[in-house]
Amino acid sequence: MSLVTLTIDGQQVQVPPGTTILAAARQAGIRIPTLCYLEELNVIGACRLCLVQVEGARALVAACVTRAAEGMVVHTSTPAVRHARRLNLELIMSNHPRECLTCLRNTSCELQQLAAELGVGEIRFQGEVSPYEVDDSSPAIIRDPRKCVLCRRCVAVCEKVQGVSAIAVQERGFDTVVAPAFLAPLGEVNCVNCGQCSLVCPTAAIHERDETEKVWAALADPQMHVVVQTAPAVRVSIGEMFGLEPGSIVTGKLVAALRRLGFDKVFDTDFTADLTIMEEGSELIHRLQNGGRLPLITSCSPGWIKFIEHFYPSLLPNLSTCKSPQQMFGALAKTYYAQKEGIDPARIFVVSIMPCTAKKYEAGRPEMNSSGYRDVDVVLTTRELGRMLKQAGIDFDSLPEEDYDAPLGISTGAGVIFGATGGVMEAALRTAYELVTGATLVSLDFEEVRGLEGVKEASVNLAGTELKVAVAHGLGNARKVLDAVVNREREYHFIEIMCCPGGCIGGGGQPLPVDNEIRARRIAAIYQADRQMPLRKSHENPAVQALYREFLGEPLGRRSHELLHTHYTPRERF
Amino acid sequence: MSVACKCSGELNSRMDALLEKYRGQPSALIQVLHRAQELYGYLPRKVLQRVAEELDVPLSQVYGVVSFYSFFTIHPKGKHQISVCKGTACYVRGAGQLLDRIKEELGLKPGETTEDGQFSLEVVRCLGACGLGPVITVDEDVHARVRPERLSDILTAYRQ
Ligand code: SF4
Ligand code: SF4
Ligand code: SF4
Ligand code: FES
Ligand code: FES
Repeated sequence: MSLVTLTIDGQQVQVPPGTTILAAARQAGIRIPTLCYLEELNVIGACRLCLVQVEGARALVAACVTRAAEGMVVHTSTPAVRHARRLNLELIMSNHPRECLTCLRNTSCELQQLAAELGVGEIRFQGEVSPYEVDDSSPAIIRDPRKCVLCRRCVAVCEKVQGVSAIAVQERGFDTVVAPAFLAPLGEVNCVNCGQCSLVCPTAAIHERDETEKVWAALADPQMHVVVQTAPAVRVSIGEMFGLEPGSIVTGKLVAALRRLGFDKVFDTDFTADLTIMEEGSELIHRLQNGGRLPLITSCSPGWIKFIEHFYPSLLPNLSTCKSPQQMFGALAKTYYAQKEGIDPARIFVVSIMPCTAKKYEAGRPEMNSSGYRDVDVVLTTRELGRMLKQAGIDFDSLPEEDYDAPLGISTGAGVIFGATGGVMEAALRTAYELVTGATLVSLDFEEVRGLEGVKEASVNLAGTELKVAVAHGLGNARKVLDAVVNREREYHFIEIMCCPGGCIGGGGQPLPVDNEIRARRIAAIYQADRQMPLRKSHENPAVQALYREFLGEPLGRRSHELLHTHYTPRERF
Repeated sequence: MSVACKCSGELNSRMDALLEKYRGQPSALIQVLHRAQELYGYLPRKVLQRVAEELDVPLSQVYGVVSFYSFFTIHPKGKHQISVCKGTACYVRGAGQLLDRIKEELGLKPGETTEDGQFSLEVVRCLGACGLGPVITVDEDVHARVRPERLSDILTAYRQ
């Protein structure tokens, strides 16, 4: 394939045919501002902030949608270009409520950054602000149409990555708004609360529900025994909120930071991830040996759960009945832990730190009260915790490394890898293999199920039976696997599905920005953290073993059934 | 136009036939919406939901199309159709005040129908009676030089 040669700002650049001017400029280290552009997903040329001058062209062109051509001569920073970009930005800003000082996205907002970069010095146009009000109907996601710049990045992600299309562009002209059908509240439609829209929104027009105040209040209440659990993915991402490189493992500092905030105990969702493997692994073996419904599908990802309830209700019997690790933790904190420590469960306040917005929804589901109380009181995303730490003046990077508290903070490498796509599968295989065969695994690393490939398949010999497994992440990929199952094109025994691309490390509550390179670095950190653990198989977790001995009895036993398993609700597609 | 039987049974079976024909064809969306609106006179929510299901288009996108094009409406037509001319001549003679007044009296915006199903409101461009502006029509009747204070009387005459 012959390359195309063009000149950008006097530099010769060679690119494959079909490359856009934007990509060619990036290759040459020249930055062109963009707002509506989202690689491969939203290439619509709408915002006109990426205008450049092409010699011989009559008007300025949008670099994100114009392809490089042989001999093209491009200028990215002439006075005309700068002027036109600034004008377009001023028009976008003209009906924007300028509330930066009090805005959730203050200092992480692309619009704000563009205004600084393009040198908007004064507000020349004053338009009418959007007539739509804030939609706070959803337990997880808040929409603020007043701050929407109509870039459609959220719409593209919801449709093309997640295959949900809960939101689309509605109405027209001045009334144009991104919203569900009939302008219904987001909390009443088929939105799965994944928050992927909030990861790509350049402004605060779609964001997580901030619940930090509830946690500040609990921490300040001397009556409350406030415990916290941290999801696997948080330890490899929260450093980014404090300027550390993506993929920095900051487990010990995270624990220290939570103690500084005043939590009475700092526990780990990895503990209940190990427990999930005991229950789900047993469920798999039980279904295999008793002709139960197959394939068994994992159930840890609450966005995925709501998705299957809306779009594939006929497959609900295939779902594992296991609650997610977060909910198992909540149920045990207010029963097992309360008893063990002699604390009245009414006084225990459980906070989760999750990479996930859908976990907020999950914690509020009516089924999640099996301790007799609401099992998990508040779910904070990684971003919210980052903001709390900043408010508390904690200098994250200079904290010492501390250890989780026992017993609900003791875990294995199998629990850590829950944070990456393929991790639940791998953890389950490690345990199922040893429980079924009685033999010790030679290599613990199931490479076939790792990585960012959308759908991964593998086959594992389990004492003579070939166990066929599949792993999908991102709900668009989940659809592919489910359709293949429904149409009987593929037969699997066990499927892992994670709602978010990359798994939880790419969750909708994670630090911004997120792209595939950042996902890959967080995933690498997850597997490194796994290798660093002395124990790497869930069934070897001594605290889990003690839990069964002292409290639960057997996996799938009566107490497990009451506290650790759940049921699902078929819902309308639209 | 033939007088169609408006009983819901026949309507629905015609709708079924329409959806049967275009099942799984997202590109037929606009066409199907047109036909559905011809059948029902407007686009009921249930019908939009079925169109989304059968054509395999997300409901949010179906509604996006419906709300973008002004010829689609999700409100049933009232017994009486009020059309306010907003052509240039009528506009300069106070069509805007008429619309405001109608909104005040009936709580009605263009494209909507009153809750009791009596009136629907639409805005039209030049009825060809510019000398008589501002002009409104109610059903087949043309009312010329309408002053806002007179609106109430005009409309009451249609109320049953
Ligand atoms: S969305 Fe961005 S520009 Fe708008 S108020 Fe918030 S920080 Fe400021
Ligand atoms: S949270 Fe997920 S499903 Fe809901 S609107 Fe955003 S991207 Fe779509
Ligand atoms: S909500 Fe955010 S991502 Fe969606 S169109 Fe508006 S500004 Fe863009
Ligand atoms: S980034 Fe190119 S038009 Fe918006
Ligand atoms: S402008 Fe109203 S009739 Fe012509």
